[in-house]
Amino acid sequence: MSELPTELRYASSHEWARLDDDGLITVGITDHAQEALGDLVFVETPSLDADVEAGDACAVVESVKAASDIYAPVSGVVVDANGRLTDEPELVNTDPYGDGWIMRIKAEDPDLIEELMSAEDYEHMLAEEEDD
Amino acid sequence: MSSAQQQTPLNALHRAAGARMIDFSAWDMPLHYGSQLREHAAVRSACGVFDVSHMGLVDVAGDQAEAFLRRLLANDVARLDDGRALYSCMLNVRGGVLDDLIVYRLQQDRFRCVINAANRASDMDWMLTQGADFNVHLRLRDDLGLLAVQGPQAADVLASLLESDLGDALRGLEPFGCLERGAWLLGRTGYTGEDGFEVAVPAAQLAGLWQGLMNAGVAPCGLGARDSLRLEAGMHLYGQDMDASTSPLVSRLGWTVAWQPETRDFIGRQALATEREAGPDRNLFGLVLQARGMLRQGQAVALTGRDGGGVVTSGGYSPQLGCSIGLARLPLEPGETVVVQSRQRLLEARVVRPPFVRHGRVLVSSE
Repeated sequence: MSELPTELRYASSHEWARLDDDGLITVGITDHAQEALGDLVFVETPSLDADVEAGDACAVVESVKAASDIYAPVSGVVVDANGRLTDEPELVNTDPYGDGWIMRIKAEDPDLIEELMSAEDYEHMLAEEEDD
Repeated sequence: MSSAQQQTPLNALHRAAGARMIDFSAWDMPLHYGSQLREHAAVRSACGVFDVSHMGLVDVAGDQAEAFLRRLLANDVARLDDGRALYSCMLNVRGGVLDDLIVYRLQQDRFRCVINAANRASDMDWMLTQGADFNVHLRLRDDLGLLAVQGPQAADVLASLLESDLGDALRGLEPFGCLERGAWLLGRTGYTGEDGFEVAVPAAQLAGLWQGLMNAGVAPCGLGARDSLRLEAGMHLYGQDMDASTSPLVSRLGWTVAWQPETRDFIGRQALATEREAGPDRNLFGLVLQARGMLRQGQAVALTGRDGGGVVTSGGYSPQLGCSIGLARLPLEPGETVVVQSRQRLLEARVVRPPFVRHGRVLVSSE
């Protein structure tokens, strides 16, 4: 498996989150998640200005194999969605931590991102899933 | 991988090639080798190879082999000459489909059936029971492996790996023709809607053939691409599109039932004749989704403007059409469009006649 970026935080539902310099939180799915889903063919990005609670299903990625909900890792307002994914859903496969980002959230409390897992904890969780 | 899982002789090669493996009917099989879409495209435009050694090869031999198969199968092997194959359903007495298969006539008293992996044990039981009164010998050929080499370049690539006279004979095969060379059987058959071959070889020679195809640049393809290719080709998947509770007549497989001669008493004939007389009220139809989203097996389908509906039996993404397609069992004359329940959404789908794609060309417009 590829190295997990240590500057990101991780949810148990396989989203990653990053607190950017402008105070917004960028969200995507992990390399592990995209690999498990297989080739993505549709991404339904969230509605702009939607209020989301941490844990809300707010976007859908659909692969050749299955549809999967994307959960908001923090509470806040969706202020941006990656429009490129409409025509290029494969960006999530090829660059899950970069061009394949899904949405940006203006969090009620950006510091709560710290409650998500570190790269080390997420890697540990994946290793345990593998053992099951 | 659990210990109960079976493996083909190529298991280690698949893993070394980076295959993502899945459990398919208790077989440990490749789903894809990195990208299902790339594998799908390789078969439509060039050539791909599938390890389908999980399928069962059943040899039927003996002086009553033909008589037995004419009783066992809904299609009629008496239509076959040596070196020819046909597609048939094997029915129960109620006319339900126990399996669908390809049967090759090798010689007058020697046939080979290719059956689905999931039905290996139940088919063998059924065939042995039904064959008890015939002078036939049945043998499940677990000593052989099976590769499907598919795509417009399949004939050229495969011929280049064979001795020249065999290569020439291969190129000369008509669709559903086959030829035997020693323990090898090469049939111009497949499950993709493209030209291609299914090649049965002794298990010990399977890796050599596979490696030769890899060296020739043929794309290794997994069960993911196999499913999207067959769905585009409008071909059925046993267990989804039909099973023991559905007859060929409600599965768009009526064309595979040989009613003539009327004296041929194949298993299920009586029930099927009764059903035909009553007039089946359902059939399988093709769907092309008009919205973004995905048709998936099990989704409920509602007719437009009147009561009634049905269910999606197979669904997925069509790379060739760039949208989702599926098969659904619906009341007859379902209208031009239907509404599919997908998760929390209602999606409009156009009703079409399968296949969706043949020989790399889209046969339905996705408008």
